[in-house]
This record gives sequence, structure tokens and C-alpha cells, in this order.
Amino acid sequence: MSALIELKDTKMVFKVRKGWFSTLDLRAVDGVSLSIGRGNTTGIVGESGSGKTTLGRVSLRLLEPTAGKVLFDGKDITEVKESNLKWFRRKAQGIFQDPYSSLNPYMTVERILEEPLVLHEIGSDREREELISKALTDVKLTPTEEFAGKYPHMLSGGQRQRVGVARSLILNPEYIVADEPVSMIDASSRVEVLSLLRGLQEKYRIGFMYITHDIATSKYFSERIAVMYLGRIVEFAEARTVIAEPLHPYTQALIAAVPDPDPSNRLHDRSVVPGEPPNPINVPSGCRFHPRCPRFMKNKCEIKEPVLREVKRVHQVACYLYD
Amino acid sequence: MALLQVEDLKLHYKTLRGNARAVEDVNFSIEKGETLGLVGESGCGKTSTVIAITRVLPKNIEALKGQVLLMGEDITKLPDEVFRKEVRWKKISMVFQGAMNSLNPVIRVGDQVAEPILLHEESTKNEARERVMDLLEIIGLPKEFYSRYPHELSGGMKQRIVIAMALILSPSLVILDEPTSALDVSIQAQIMNLLKSLKRKLGISMIFITHDIALASDLSDRFAVMYAGNIVEVGNAAQVLTNALHPYTQLLLASTPRLREDVTPSYIPGAPPDLVAPPTGCRFHPRCPKSFDRCSSEVPADFEPEPGHRVKCWLYGG
Repeated sequence: MSALIELKDTKMVFKVRKGWFSTLDLRAVDGVSLSIGRGNTTGIVGESGSGKTTLGRVSLRLLEPTAGKVLFDGKDITEVKESNLKWFRRKAQGIFQDPYSSLNPYMTVERILEEPLVLHEIGSDREREELISKALTDVKLTPTEEFAGKYPHMLSGGQRQRVGVARSLILNPEYIVADEPVSMIDASSRVEVLSLLRGLQEKYRIGFMYITHDIATSKYFSERIAVMYLGRIVEFAEARTVIAEPLHPYTQALIAAVPDPDPSNRLHDRSVVPGEPPNPINVPSGCRFHPRCPRFMKNKCEIKEPVLREVKRVHQVACYLYD
Repeated sequence: MALLQVEDLKLHYKTLRGNARAVEDVNFSIEKGETLGLVGESGCGKTSTVIAITRVLPKNIEALKGQVLLMGEDITKLPDEVFRKEVRWKKISMVFQGAMNSLNPVIRVGDQVAEPILLHEESTKNEARERVMDLLEIIGLPKEFYSRYPHELSGGMKQRIVIAMALILSPSLVILDEPTSALDVSIQAQIMNLLKSLKRKLGISMIFITHDIALASDLSDRFAVMYAGNIVEVGNAAQVLTNALHPYTQLLLASTPRLREDVTPSYIPGAPPDLVAPPTGCRFHPRCPKSFDRCSSEVPADFEPEPGHRVKCWLYGG
């Protein structure tokens, strides 16, 4: 099976100015390989500074990676010029975090959805109207005529995000990066948006990269989960394996940090890792997690960086505990 | 006597389209040392409720009614000046959502924490400094952090500073409005542990406001569930989390993704109503899967099917 999107040892280094004449390297993504198939969702789970958003932007070729390759449907698009990427722009779309700022407040829902069709010169007025109504039906904003005439401020957070989803669907894409699509909407509507995405993934066989800090939602929307820490994938497996049998101490900490509703929670402390993720300008030596790791092994973890390798069937981890 | 008793609290805002009835007939109480989780979707009146209690009111107030008894004294009767001097910060303090981003960037964080002492008490700068340093240790920051500026601190550290500010005058009640919503998961867990230890060590009471009922369960001894300006269910943690009575609470719990159980979460269709023209009868009836005739015509009374467990729903009586 050829992958829909494939990243091969991609790196994204940003130059950060320091003083007048010198710059520092910020290694946002530092050697990530990943592939996502059609009709599949891979969850990218990590905290701020883990590089998850940068990884999504590289995979959409909104950023040209510093090193490594990006392949779409087997075609290398790593260094293709923007003017030759129009076909890819149609097939790959993004859904972004903030449903309040990612929709133009002066445009009606209809115009927001029409814009990509105009830019890509698709359809007559009649056909565009039909496509818009179909997209609105797909995201369950019905009656569609009623929603088409509304402005973003007239919609709830969940509805706005569904407009964002409709906009990403209108060009009939094969690959969608959903970057924290539900983190700004109410807990009670999150599952609604996610199950909608899940339905669309199955119906249109779309490949999804689901970027989130919330491992609990990724459990329901991802077949596989990649856990990122400071620009690297530290663990990768089937979603349920990652959650039921996490191997990397960082993944274990992430899971321990998330409560389920339970009246006994208040009676004991949550086990936490100390400190905060370091600045990606100043990445620790050896294993990047070693300064915070509860299972740190001296003279090993801080010397050489562990590689991501398969320790069980379809379960990769970058940690010396499993050597 | 309860530490705080709120009776028939009502807060209406004036808007261009009419009066928004943000808080309506709200009743609850908090005992000493107890944490109350105030939960519900956004736009349900959680923040408005504490705005009314602490009187940090916007200008467009149409009506503010009801009693707020703090150790038996009705603080709504106090003149603004007395309230500001004697109650706010000293007896009731607040940590608002995003407060860590409103620290003054050009003042050392220690001096910002010390400010309420100098404003409210006759104490010297040195005494204030000592007290702030002691408190920094309690909230898990080294003493030297007194002289840092906000930009030198990470998000989690700034949140600790804001919590320190709320604690500096040893209030008996601290109100926390989504105190961890801007933080990373692992930092959120650290802050929750800090709040737990403060609760244990200092015996303070708290109101913890969040839309995340799972997060609230990490701290709350009792819960009050709000919907569209009403408290629809009150009970202790076990009652509300394991035997929820109101259909809204049941849906809220069912929509929470769980890591440790294999249940697929559901969601609550629709959105909370416009508070300018809330639905008649029970405000939840248009979204309620169990509603019947009476729900749309009559506002439900409060019922108490088991001791201490109150619910505003016709399913339980009448």
C-alpha cells in the first residue's frame, strides 16, 4: 500500500535572532518519519514546543522543510515551487484551532465556502451552490439555506468549527491536517465535531493528521498515535496500545496527568513529571526527556539520543528502558 | 454555619436586544475547607455567578438581587468602599481565567504579590517581602523568584504567582475560574496538585469553575451544575459523578472522553440558549432527551431525592 502522505526524516529549523549579528537554531522538528494512509487518522500528541503544529504545516507544504522529504501519493513535493503546487493545494487541506479568528467576520458562511471554489475556478454559480449545500449537509448544518446566510458571530463555537470543516471539504480533499480543531470549543461539543470528522474520514476515505495536546480525544479519533516531545517522535503505536500500554515514561506521564471523572480523584495527588518542557532552542543532550524523566539512567540517557525502534509488533519507542 | 451561603442570587445584564438573565435564582452553600466545583458549558452563568458574589461588576447591570452570606453576614448590604477594603482579597479572592497574562510586565512579580498587603494592611515593605517569600515557598517557587519579571517565568510559574496573589491576605474563600485552561497537560496536573496541597495545608475553601467535569473531580468535594443561569443539580462528588440525576448532568458526563474506560463518548446536541429569551419552563427542555409536556410550561422546582442531593427537574417529583 502506498502511503497518502509520507514524511522521511524531515527537519524544520527556524533561525531565531539573538542580538544584532548572531542567530540561534530552533529545531522545531528534528528528524521525523511518518506515513498516513488513505482513510486513516494518525494522532500527533504533544505539548507546546513539541513541534506538532510545525510537523502539520510541513506536511501541508506550508513550510519547506530544512531537510528530509515530503511525499504525497508517492510524488516528491519537498522542493516544488508554490506555483506548481496548485493541484496539491486542492487535495490537501487544514482545519485550525481557533474557530473565532479563522473565519472572516465580514463574510457569510456561503461566501466563506465559495472562496476556495472561486480561487480554484471550479464550477458554475449553480454548481457552486450545490457544492456548498452538500458541504453544509456533510457537517450537519441544516437547513443549509438558513446557515448559508449567517455570519460567523451568529454561530456557536461548535457550529463555527463545523463551517471550518465544511470549508476544508469543499474541494474534495484526500488529506486533511486538523490542528487542535476542538481545543477551543466546549467539552460537550468536542465529541460532536470529532465524530463528524470520523464519519467524513470513512465516507470519503480522507487521510487525517489529528494534532492535539489532549490524548483523551485522540483515543476516539485516531487509529494510531505518535507522541512527540521536543521535535521528535518518542512513541508510536495503535491508539489503544499507546493508551493501555504506554512504554515511554513521557507518554505514561501524559496519561497520568489526565483525569477521568471520578469522586476519588480528589483524595490523592496525580503523579506528575517535574519541570516544564525546555525551550527547543536549547535541547538537552542525549534523550531530550532525561532532565524530567522519573526513570533516568545515569551515564546512559544523557549521553546518546535513543532511536525510535520497534520493540513489539507495531509499537515503536525511543527509550533505553526497552533495549 | 456555612462559610458562604448564596440565596436567590439574580444577575441580569442590559444588552441592546434586551435583558440577559445570566444568573437566576441561584442557591448554594460552601462549608469551611470545602471545594465546590461549579461546572457547565460556556455561557451558562458560571463566571457571572462569581462576578455577582465578588461584585466585580461590568457597567451594564440591570438587576442584582439576592443574599450572599459570608459567615452569616450579608455582604451584599455592605457599601462598595467597605466591601473593597474588608471583603475583596481579604476574605474572598479570585483567580480569573487568563490572569497570568495580566501580570504587569515591568514590575517584579514579588512586588506584585506584595501589593495587596501594602494596600490593605499597615505593614512595612520589608515585612511584606518576608511574607511573600514564605508564600512563594508554599506554592512551590524558590524565594529568589521574588525579583523576577513576568517574562522570565514560564506559564506554569506565572499561574503560581497569580495563585500566590490570591492567597497573600489569607482569605477564607478563593474563587478559581478555569485556572489551568491555558496550560499544558503536564503543567495543569502540577497546578492541580498544588491546589490540593493548599486545600490540605491551609484549609481554605474554594470555588473551582470549569467546563471540564473530569478536571473538576480532581479537586471538588461537592458539585453545582449550571445550565442557562440556573443551578440544575447540587450534590457531593460521589452523588453527582456516579449517580447524576439531572439529564443535563448525565449528558455532560457522557460527553467526557475517558482514558481508562472503553465507552464511546456522546455529545449534547445544540447549544445553550440565548439568555435574553430563554426557553419557557425548564430552560434545558429543548435539548433534553427526557422532556415531557410539563417541562416546557412550568419552571421545575428543586427536589431532594436523597439527602444533600438537589435537582431542578420534574422527573423527580411534583
